[in-house]
Amino acid sequence: MADGPDRPAGVTRSSTRLDNYVDRYAARTRGMTASEIRALFAVASRPEVVSLAGGMPNISGLPLDVVGGAIDELVRTNGPTAMQYGSGQGDPVLREQICEVMRLEGIEAHPDDVVVTVGSQQAVDLVTRIFCDPGDVVLCEAPSYVGALGVFRAYECDVVHVEMDGDGLVPSALEQAIASVQASGRRIKFLYTIPNFHNPAGVTLAPERRQEVLRICREADVLIMEDNPYGLLGFDGEPPRAMRADEAERVIYLGSFSKTFAPGFRVGWVLAPHAVREKLVLAQESATLCPPSFSQMAVSSYLRSHDWQGQVKQFREMYRERRDAMVEALDDMMPATARWNVPDGGFYVWLTLPPGLDAKAMLPRAVTARVAYVPGTAFFSDGFGSQSMRLSYCYPSPERIREGVRRLVGVIEEEMELRQTFGALPSGSTPAPPSAERGYESPNSDLS
Amino acid sequence: MTGPVLVLAGGLSHERDVSLRSGRRVAEALRDAGLEVEVRDVDATLLDRLASDRPACVVPLLHGESGEDGAIRSVLELVGVPYVGARPDACRVAFDKPVAKTVVGRAGIRTPAGFTLPAETFRELGATAVMERLVDSLGLPLFVKPARGGSALGAALVRTAADLPSAMVGAFAYGDTALVEQFVAGTEVAVPVVDDGSGPRALPVVSITPDGGVYDYTARYTAGSTEFQVPAKLDDAVAEECARVAVAAHTALGLRDLSRSDLIVDDDGQVWFLEVNVAPGLTETSTVPLSVQAAGLDLGELVAELVGGATAR
Repeated sequence: MADGPDRPAGVTRSSTRLDNYVDRYAARTRGMTASEIRALFAVASRPEVVSLAGGMPNISGLPLDVVGGAIDELVRTNGPTAMQYGSGQGDPVLREQICEVMRLEGIEAHPDDVVVTVGSQQAVDLVTRIFCDPGDVVLCEAPSYVGALGVFRAYECDVVHVEMDGDGLVPSALEQAIASVQASGRRIKFLYTIPNFHNPAGVTLAPERRQEVLRICREADVLIMEDNPYGLLGFDGEPPRAMRADEAERVIYLGSFSKTFAPGFRVGWVLAPHAVREKLVLAQESATLCPPSFSQMAVSSYLRSHDWQGQVKQFREMYRERRDAMVEALDDMMPATARWNVPDGGFYVWLTLPPGLDAKAMLPRAVTARVAYVPGTAFFSDGFGSQSMRLSYCYPSPERIREGVRRLVGVIEEEMELRQTFGALPSGSTPAPPSAERGYESPNSDLS
Repeated sequence: MTGPVLVLAGGLSHERDVSLRSGRRVAEALRDAGLEVEVRDVDATLLDRLASDRPACVVPLLHGESGEDGAIRSVLELVGVPYVGARPDACRVAFDKPVAKTVVGRAGIRTPAGFTLPAETFRELGATAVMERLVDSLGLPLFVKPARGGSALGAALVRTAADLPSAMVGAFAYGDTALVEQFVAGTEVAVPVVDDGSGPRALPVVSITPDGGVYDYTARYTAGSTEFQVPAKLDDAVAEECARVAVAAHTALGLRDLSRSDLIVDDDGQVWFLEVNVAPGLTETSTVPLSVQAAGLDLGELVAELVGGATAR
């Protein structure tokens, strides 16, 4: 055997995997791999690219002088407390204010039943942590929030998707899914649902269906995790009534200030029945000791000193303008065989491509054309969604949205021509096979 | 040497993420070697910054389009800033895989048989007929990749004729022209070539054994998913031949400073040239740093030497 060229004396042959810990990781990290999709999203952050991918709240309208003043006052008057450890359950004053916020959606709650979390993302994590063992079933809408799917996968849950339509979760499909899982001998721990202005589907659960979903879950003894970050961002009328407003014992409710104020503070919350709340506090203490005092007090100060509901109204108007720009551009330019919904609030349009196209396979072409979206497969745990994509209108200006749609249409037309050239392909017209690696394929956190 | 070394990383190609990682690693290595280093993305401010900052030398670590096709290096020539690596005209040839194969083939180096076809040809002549001829002529399995680009993006191994259409569509998602080659089974190896002024020489050969059998994007950039052996476990004569082929390709393509040739050693010990990289990856999971280390060299000192050579040109 050879030493190979340019091998200095004394240098021995070595074999390496470039990871000294490779045989030590938990089995649940198996899917944590580099992916082409993640690589492509690195380009989406450049200003040349119209990113219709990111779910970043557009906080350009925030009164930074007011926020700055509130933080300045906080440091001057309450600095030592704000920079100290706090309660594992969260700041009591903020929890009272959170109850006032939830009252806008019909929820009557006591601050003792609120646990403040590091964004509602941590609430998803804590609730899953205390309820789910490996192999437990979590019911999710089809599609579902990519960040929640990542949590469920991390806890080795078995996700079962339930069909949605334009009115949200389909009750009969929920009944079937529950019956099917129970017949297989597996245990359903909860239904994870985003009833309002769904991420990524953009739809809202119809009022009559809310009662039906509650009834089905009550009869089947299934808990509900109601994730509601967008509830106050509806474009028409009053905020939808929360499911938690009509069912206190079965519904664990998750809220967030990321969309109604600013995501950088990372303040969310969970409202849970007393016994569950006790466990959540212990889980929170083991995860972080306590949610950040400074962020909580800053949010509290903002809520107290500013017309935050007026600010949310401004946000709504801004997002409505962007929604209109996107829908108008889609109406004007998209091929007739593409389909999309018109959301009544929130950040997202769910677009289904003309038959035969695959949004994930098309993404490199889109990045070349300087437009980005999130392929639909990111929002399923079972390989479905290849023909769909999530388009986000929350961040770019209306002009950029229109330009982004124009570029996207060009990409779709090129891809249609290519697909016609090569005929029907298996991946575009039918769902991709389930893949154990998919859970972490989601793009960066700012796209979630 | 006056002024900082400017590492260019990022860009707008599909390989932006890889480039950022390469840039970070090299910048750190150069600082460890005692140089003043700045890292910068390529954007509309670049020309002004080159004029105001007056870097002593640029290390272009932009992968993919613009970075490796000679464009940025033409700009550096235009503004008269020294840089590490091949000249623009050589980059243009080397970055285009089919053209590079032709040049290398003329130098007597074995490369897999293949055909280069734009998407337009499939449209005009009918994809089914063209693909049938490809399979008839080249046999199976085949390897399909974009004619330009790196990191195995858009590349696919085709074992059956039924898999060819989706492989073609996958390659065309990254560019208008695809290279369809005979697949050569064997050991995949990478051979860096450096020239610090005393002529091009090969560094130790690195063999690559991905867990999944294919050295795709995931296998390249997920630490732990590929086994590398350096120097590769090859017969003396085969290892020498790998080195000879890499240096010959570097020379035939008119490259300078640093390149990496990707080769296959087939089951008979024959060496096949696949492609060459004029801005090879220098990330934590890339093969060049492994080879540099196996040669008893320090990455920062090696690049610093190349910087010294570039500023003296």
